[in-house]
Amino acid sequence: MKGLFKGLLNENPIFVLALGLCPALAVSITVSNAIGMSAATLVVLMGSNLLISLFRKQIPYDIHIPAYIVIIATLVTAVDIILQAYSPALSKSLGIFIPLIVVNCIILGRAEAFASKNTLSASFLDALSMGFGFTVGLVTIAFIRELLGSGTITLIPNGNFIRIPPLADNPVLVFSLPAGALIVMGFLQGFFRWLGVVRKR
Amino acid sequence: MTYVGIIITYTFISNLVLSQFLGLCPFIGVSKNSESAVGMGLAVTFVMSLASLISWALEYFILVPLDIEFLRTVTFILVIATLVQLVEMAVRKYSPPLYQALGIYLPLITTNCGVLGIALISVNRNFDAAESFLAGFSAGLGFLMALLFMSGIRERLDTEKVPKYLRGAPITFISGGLMALAFMAFDTALLTNLLRSS
Repeated sequence: MKGLFKGLLNENPIFVLALGLCPALAVSITVSNAIGMSAATLVVLMGSNLLISLFRKQIPYDIHIPAYIVIIATLVTAVDIILQAYSPALSKSLGIFIPLIVVNCIILGRAEAFASKNTLSASFLDALSMGFGFTVGLVTIAFIRELLGSGTITLIPNGNFIRIPPLADNPVLVFSLPAGALIVMGFLQGFFRWLGVVRKR
Repeated sequence: MTYVGIIITYTFISNLVLSQFLGLCPFIGVSKNSESAVGMGLAVTFVMSLASLISWALEYFILVPLDIEFLRTVTFILVIATLVQLVEMAVRKYSPPLYQALGIYLPLITTNCGVLGIALISVNRNFDAAESFLAGFSAGLGFLMALLFMSGIRERLDTEKVPKYLRGAPITFISGGLMALAFMAFDTALLTNLLRSS
């Protein structure tokens, strides 16, 4: 159980390990985008951790990075095609950030740091934990940005959203712009550091 | 789009780091001093220019004729990984100090999403060979510029009193956000005005 929760706070991939930052900031304009992106990343992460852990003794060390990249890229292509078929709206709003999951450092990072050295079940648990941590991080950023930047909360990508009246009338536009994303990210990282210090006491 | 338009768009208006969120890891990781920032920026510019051009060739000479465009992601990332390996070997041979300074970030250019990103953007926009190369080159230039500015800010920040929990990466993000605000002055209206007057 301890392994499952490490990704949420102490080793949160976004705020503490600083992995997978680009998609975290780029797609966090609405909560529904963040959830879609997290789900796609979680699927790829679980697949890659499982496959790499399964073949960790067969993959020669000299070419392990290219081999991992091919495994990851294949999984991402599959996810991309599935999303295009079943959720074209989400696929469109995530745009090139779906193929870019290939270069999300969280996936290669976990493959290299964990799955290549650990058993199948431990790697699966690690993927689950990191994936959840990524989801929590992404949804937190998206929640803050969407709430302040447009005064709405979009949970499913079908055009329905919850409107928060006073904020929706006077949204702080900067939060939906790139600048706002970077600033929110900075403060959240600082907050998680403070949280880490408080927990250690 | 004219060539000048492409250069201005990808260097300033759609700056990789400050408006598209691509290549953030090296932006935070290698911007501690201006020397490694320039080294990293040049390496990335080189890889991006070549990667965009080669991806264009692969797309139109192999993927489209064989009707296997769904393999685009796999093909592009393999090309980029190979290119990065070559650059790494070259830097290690010709400039050991730079190799030391860039450290782990050199092999990580492979996972710099900017490189794959600009290759995919060029293909999505149906750029021709020259336009793809130019898009890659100017995106790299924009990255170099953002990285250099950031390293300047961080060198100053070292001597400032930053709140304890914001030191390092968090304050870098916040400064980056303020820089992105400044870059909002470059927008498409500016480009159209510029092209009309010239």
